[in-house]
Amino acid sequence: MLRLDHIDAGYGGGRVLQDVSLEVDAGEIVCLLGRNGAGKTTCMQAIMGLLPLMAGRITLAGQEINRLPAHQVPKAGIGYVPQGRRLFAGLSVAQNLEIGLRARGSGRDTLEEVLDLFPRLRDRPDQPAQTLSGGEQQMLATARALCLRPKLLLLDEPTEGLQPSMIEAIRRAIVQMRDAGVAVLLVEQRVDAVLSVADRVAFIENGRNGEVMQAEALRADRSIVERYIGV
Amino acid sequence: MEIGPYILLASLEGAVTAAVLALTAVGLSLVFGVMRVVNIAHGEFFMLGAVLAWWVANTVGGHPAIGFAAALIVAPVLVGVLAALADMTILKRLNYDPERTIVATIGLLYILQQLTLMTYGPDARPVEAPFNQRIALPWIEHTEAGWQMYYPWGLSTTSYKLAVIGAAAAVLAGVWAMMARTRIGLLMRATQADREMALAFGIPVEKVYALVFGIGAGLAALAAVLIVPIQQAHYLMGADPLLLSFIVVIIGGLGSLPGTVVAALLIGLSDGIISVFFSPTLAKILATLLVGLVLVFRPRGLFGTRAP
Repeated sequence: MLRLDHIDAGYGGGRVLQDVSLEVDAGEIVCLLGRNGAGKTTCMQAIMGLLPLMAGRITLAGQEINRLPAHQVPKAGIGYVPQGRRLFAGLSVAQNLEIGLRARGSGRDTLEEVLDLFPRLRDRPDQPAQTLSGGEQQMLATARALCLRPKLLLLDEPTEGLQPSMIEAIRRAIVQMRDAGVAVLLVEQRVDAVLSVADRVAFIENGRNGEVMQAEALRADRSIVERYIGV
Repeated sequence: MEIGPYILLASLEGAVTAAVLALTAVGLSLVFGVMRVVNIAHGEFFMLGAVLAWWVANTVGGHPAIGFAAALIVAPVLVGVLAALADMTILKRLNYDPERTIVATIGLLYILQQLTLMTYGPDARPVEAPFNQRIALPWIEHTEAGWQMYYPWGLSTTSYKLAVIGAAAAVLAGVWAMMARTRIGLLMRATQADREMALAFGIPVEKVYALVFGIGAGLAALAAVLIVPIQQAHYLMGADPLLLSFIVVIIGGLGSLPGTVVAALLIGLSDGIISVFFSPTLAKILATLLVGLVLVFRPRGLFGTRAP
């Protein structure tokens, strides 16, 4: 579904990512693991077209998306849950979701499906997004991305700072999307959380590709995890 | 005449100033709020509105009301389109960098001003008001025979000035409704909240920016069309509205529309009252002092929220 072909990307001339390649298939959760500053978030921003690509190409279902203007990229079918949630402050829960629905012209039925996943949001459509609790904000950020009916879901540290019941709700939603055939690329710091949902794990180190492994193999032998992200 | 009627008269004059100032400042505030662009050329869009109003009114001819009505539509639309073009050709190329756009809009200021001087010339020219009946205002006074209503000499306003206040209030209500109730207002507010996320959710941010810049300039031009029957059109008339708009926007809180309107009322009314009782210079001194105090003690303005 998603394919990164030898991409270079970075900020203002500096290359954070060098020669990174990655594939995520439909119905698969791939987790990107690496130390802080390894380039995980940069990778997501490059996919979204928020950073210019200096080399390589990115395709989604065969369509080259790295040549599209940034606002056209999500319309190809990518839902983005950024680090720190970044909801539209000042807009209500319903308005945040409406922005998501509008992106690909999703209808009322999509909204209902999304709200079924996060019933807490159904009760408070008019509440300003920034007044929700941390967990509810994360639910809204995830729901907003699902409103695009994405083929590919990008999640950047979706469980950061959340209590266990919230983490479980987010995890359930991610697995449900995977089972529905969505390709999921997940950035996560908590290794145990990753190993419980991921199908494959791709390591990234200093902006370069590390090993790519089946999550199964990592669950059996965690020493390699220590090698990449241990301190 | 006692002090009471004087205060009423001064407040009415101040309310006209406040109405025009509110429109101009809301335009500036909208552009800063959504785009984070400090538009130094805002006063020149105001000036262009007035000059175009004169040109349209003179071209159309006939009854003054016809020319004025045409100017009321044509001038803000033309100025808005011009501003949107300036956004697409200049600001977009600078990637909306906050510092470089300040320099660019300073350049735009001089280009617009000097082009006006070259074509329209250095004269101040009037536009005739569409209607202008003098309205005497009553005052009540306690005499030996009880409360009595009478018309003090000199206490009057014109129907046109009242219409300016009404029109400004209606347009401001319209701007509020656009931001709060419409689809395009929602996209503008989302862009204001987080530009990158707006892109990541498919909002054509560049088109939103061009529209916002056009609307901001159009509001300044509209304010100028309303005031030009009272003030005359001149190629240097943009300086005062620019300064006062910045004062108002800083006091009200950058990017806050309600704050901008409240601050415009505060500055407009106090300007009117202080000018009548003391001097216009003292009014400007106090307004500038207030800005200083706000910047020291409440840098986000009276209604400002934290910048993202």
